[in-house]
Amino acid sequence: MSDLSSTVLPGNASAPPLTFYDTAESHPPNGTLLGFWVYLMSDCLIFACLFAVYGVLGREYAGGPTGAQVLELPAVAVNTSLLLLSSITYGFAVLEMQRDRQRPMMLWLTITGLLGAGFITLELREFAHLISIGAGPQRSAFLSSFFTLVGTHGLHVTCGIIWLIVLMTQVAKKGLIPANKRRLMCLSMFWHFLDVVWVGVFSFVYLMGVLP
Amino acid sequence: MLAHPDLTKLIFGRLTLDALPLHVPIVLGTFAVVALGGLVLLGAITYFKLWGYLWREWFTSIDHKKIGIMYMILGFVMLLRGFADAIMMRAQQAISFGDNAGYLPPEHYDQIFTAHGVIMIFFVAMPMVTGMMNFVMPLQIGARDVAFPFLNNFSFWMTVAGAMLVMASLFIGEFARTGWLAYPPLSDIASSPDAGVDYYIWALQIAGVGTLLSGINLLVTIVKMRAPGMTLMKMPVFTWTALCTNVLIVAAFPVLTAVLALLALDRYAGTNFFTTELGGNAMMYVNLIWIWGHPEVYILVLPVFGIFSEVTATFSRKPLFGYTSMVYATVVITVLSYLVWLHHFFTMGSGASVNSFFGITTMIISIPTGAKIFNWLFTMYRGRVEFEVPMMWTVAFMVTFVIGGMTGVLLAVPPADFSLHNSLFLIAHFHNVIIGGVLFGLFAGITYWFPKAFGFKLDPFWGKCAFWFWVVGFYFAFMPLYLLGLMGVTRRLSHFTDPALQIWFQLAAFGALLILLGIACMIIQFAVSIRRREALRDVTGDPWNGRTLEWSTSSPPPKYNFAFTPLVHDHDAWWMMKKYHYRRPLDGFVPIHMPMNTGAGIILAGLSFVFGFAMIWYMWPLAIVSFAGILVVAIAHTFNYHRDYYLSADEVRRVEASRTELLASHV
Amino acid sequence: MKAFRGLLLAAATLLSGCQTVLMSPSGDLALQQRNLIITSTLLMLLIIVPVIVLTLVFAWHFRASNKKAAYDPEWDHSTVLELLIWSAPLLIIIALGAVTWVSTHKLDPYRPLDRLSAGHPVPADAKPLTVNVVALDWKWLFIYPEQGIATVNELAAPVDRPIRFQITATSVMNSFFIPALAGQIYAMPGMQTTLQAVINQPGDFQGFSANYSGQGFSGMHFVFHGMHEDAFKQWVAQAKASGGDLSREAYVKLALPSENDPVRYYATVEPGLYQAILTHCVQPDSPSCMTQMKAPGDDNAGAMHSGNAAAGMADMRAARPSSD
Repeated sequence: MSDLSSTVLPGNASAPPLTFYDTAESHPPNGTLLGFWVYLMSDCLIFACLFAVYGVLGREYAGGPTGAQVLELPAVAVNTSLLLLSSITYGFAVLEMQRDRQRPMMLWLTITGLLGAGFITLELREFAHLISIGAGPQRSAFLSSFFTLVGTHGLHVTCGIIWLIVLMTQVAKKGLIPANKRRLMCLSMFWHFLDVVWVGVFSFVYLMGVLP
Repeated sequence: MLAHPDLTKLIFGRLTLDALPLHVPIVLGTFAVVALGGLVLLGAITYFKLWGYLWREWFTSIDHKKIGIMYMILGFVMLLRGFADAIMMRAQQAISFGDNAGYLPPEHYDQIFTAHGVIMIFFVAMPMVTGMMNFVMPLQIGARDVAFPFLNNFSFWMTVAGAMLVMASLFIGEFARTGWLAYPPLSDIASSPDAGVDYYIWALQIAGVGTLLSGINLLVTIVKMRAPGMTLMKMPVFTWTALCTNVLIVAAFPVLTAVLALLALDRYAGTNFFTTELGGNAMMYVNLIWIWGHPEVYILVLPVFGIFSEVTATFSRKPLFGYTSMVYATVVITVLSYLVWLHHFFTMGSGASVNSFFGITTMIISIPTGAKIFNWLFTMYRGRVEFEVPMMWTVAFMVTFVIGGMTGVLLAVPPADFSLHNSLFLIAHFHNVIIGGVLFGLFAGITYWFPKAFGFKLDPFWGKCAFWFWVVGFYFAFMPLYLLGLMGVTRRLSHFTDPALQIWFQLAAFGALLILLGIACMIIQFAVSIRRREALRDVTGDPWNGRTLEWSTSSPPPKYNFAFTPLVHDHDAWWMMKKYHYRRPLDGFVPIHMPMNTGAGIILAGLSFVFGFAMIWYMWPLAIVSFAGILVVAIAHTFNYHRDYYLSADEVRRVEASRTELLASHV
Repeated sequence: MKAFRGLLLAAATLLSGCQTVLMSPSGDLALQQRNLIITSTLLMLLIIVPVIVLTLVFAWHFRASNKKAAYDPEWDHSTVLELLIWSAPLLIIIALGAVTWVSTHKLDPYRPLDRLSAGHPVPADAKPLTVNVVALDWKWLFIYPEQGIATVNELAAPVDRPIRFQITATSVMNSFFIPALAGQIYAMPGMQTTLQAVINQPGDFQGFSANYSGQGFSGMHFVFHGMHEDAFKQWVAQAKASGGDLSREAYVKLALPSENDPVRYYATVEPGLYQAILTHCVQPDSPSCMTQMKAPGDDNAGAMHSGNAAAGMADMRAARPSSD
């Protein structure tokens, strides 16, 4: 209302004069990393649901095979080390990025992608094997929840690899500009997040699954 | 050569001409009306050459204000659809007694109550609440836009895509006949083999992506983009409630995504999560969906509490009573809302200790809620209460909502719930809180912030007409349902045997008619207000003598919201600025950094719609193509690095000077 | 005069509210639930009524046009009031919470009854009447193991004798509800819930499914007869005289979806039928039959595990076959 006389009287005169606006153009801090982190937390909740579902259904074999019968720990151990290793190589890539050394960074990213692809290949082999022996996701609630939990993680890794390729193209085109660095940091969080989830999958599904 | 039928099946999946409702006159009539209306609208847009304008200024806009307005329009349009469902149900229940089977066969009636629930929650209340937060919150915190303007546009269009899938189900195939939460085993492929549940799943999944992203977006906006000086405890209450709501969205919607994905796997891939065989467990679905579902209630009602707080303070001409306790009450509700989900199914046979635990946690939520009511009460105390339309909605809300709160706590007592669960008492209860709380609040908010969005107030006469029809209609429509619940009448029945009940259903139908008049008054109100916009014009930017920052800028605000970033010293920042005789800066403008429009959001959402439709009808080639399309467009969008520009200081000066002129001409 | 008649009408409406089935039930459990509803409502009205009254009074008294009312434009805090507005609801909720805890345990549908009605404890030698309830698409099957009969869409029980319902469903979820007798409980496939109740007055009462279950849901109601012991015996005898046999084959036919089914009686019931329905083993070679599901390594009752994992599901899962 333009009529200011109706408002309350001004404050006491001894107070320092107040300014009500910033005369310079102010930039709010960039929220991408926070936003991405919040997204990861929400993704984490999806995994939490799948873990919970596996917790409820993980022993519902319905007369079908049990975890101890079908899960092969040695293969999964190889798989796990591939993924853990890929997290380390991504870490090296980020170190190179911070030193603005594009070529070694790209090299490390390539290695990371290959390790990820190796992980996916091994996982798909495991799935193919399970389905071939009649232990597909339709067989029992245990297998439904197993395939869904592990498969969702695998899907995330696949997305991560596609993202990695896209980002490498973008770095090749535009160089290590701030926008690309930010994206690389986001993918870094994503990649490490998948690693953490996999540690959960490995312990909760595979290690505990083979227990009688 | 492929045999012809195989090719048709490959392309069209299970969609055949039988899916069109050519033999159902009601649906056919509706279709004719909708199609005609749609054609007239499209024709008019083409005739007036508005496509370019709409595309440039609205569809591709990343301006939070325009997106907020589009959310509100979506919500209002869907309200009409959802209400049409409601009035059909009321009519059916009012006549379907004894030998009279009513005019809706069960398979149609069951779709209607499912669609009514889904539409009202996901495509009326959610878009309106999100739209409200989108429009108001950045203005309240003194920001130029949200943290991720493109995501905002994308989120909106995803919500539209979900809504369009629900609308498509009206004319192509059918909607789910499962109730709005689609409990298995009823929603499993064995019991619901047709496309209805798939429409449900894909509509909610696609809209859910939008909701989740918008939640992240607004959350980051509040955390990162508040004006300097606005500490958390100086934020306007609406922004506080928006913050808590978005925390809830981010923490609850992934659960919905996961549980619907599992249901989809059961239906599409033959897995056994919720089936009755091979170890599946349907109770898990019920648990999971309510772990999302109960916070969802608070997602809807918290922002509305914020609206009431703003409205009460403004129209009582006093600061909000007990700001701090209001904030803590909001936070407590946010946390507690995750600890009560089981009260939706006490009758599942959990043990007495589990049931009473969840019953008592539910009751505890009523403590902060009660504190809020008292805070509004004491805001009016020693105030100068002006009965503008938003304030009328607020008083009606306070009276109505406490009744709904009381019946809610009653339902939280497990042994009482054993008698009242699933009865019309329950229906009356949640409509009491959703209409009396969420809708009344949204209407208050719409009337309150309309002048800010469009530069002129809504016509108060028609606003009051709408108010009285809505409030009286609400009591007529739902008080009989409380009574029917005590008579042991359960929900979702399409036919009754006991003729003694009929009078109460007729009374409820009469109430629904009153609400219809209320909606009609609202539409008239919009039309009259647009016609009388010069008389209702707000040139000051502060038509209600408001207290928060959004009233410091012009109505409607310029693209950049604030020529200079405001500095905040206390809550009710604008009130304080007025108190200290703040003067608008008239020069010294600097260029303003602005995001650029993009069509990627609407294209991605369009492709998602196609993908969802293809999945619903098993059109696998189309599904693959559209999914690939989504990937390609999304990736291509990331190659676009030119997403922002600078609005020149001259342009800012020009806009601000025209406002100065306008203000001078009206003093 | 007109106002008086209006008042009378309002009072009559309220009174008719008191005569609704939930407010004047005929079974002891429902009666206690009724009392609980009234107690809780009164407790809450202690705070609801003042709030509503104050809202209207404040809104009216402090209206802008009333310049006589006090106006304090800076007043936004009062510690005393804040304490009051938090503690008043808190006190009510503490009271209500205590009532809830006690009544939820006392009125737990699984708990065997300890009284027939106020002042009449269950006699020491009383054996509850067991009724196996099966929710079919879309009708109710009641099996009386003690009497050896079964009925469709009609239920009867002697007054003042505890009844133990064991409830399950075949395909989708329903809810077994006789408002005059006791609260409802879900009927779920592959699971069993229990309801312990007693009817105190003879009469015919409505029973129905209170959870939407699809197409034929609206017609899924039945009459529950509360009868004196002799009448109940006659009713059983009549069922024995007029009914057919409920063999597995007859059951499979009965279980096919149908709507608005008439009342049916069965003079005999194949032994073990209810257990077979519960475990999906009516056709023992069916892939969903749970007794077929024991895996070689599964010797610690896998089904029970999952039941414990989800909140409060354990006792419903008791129905599932363990490793015996």
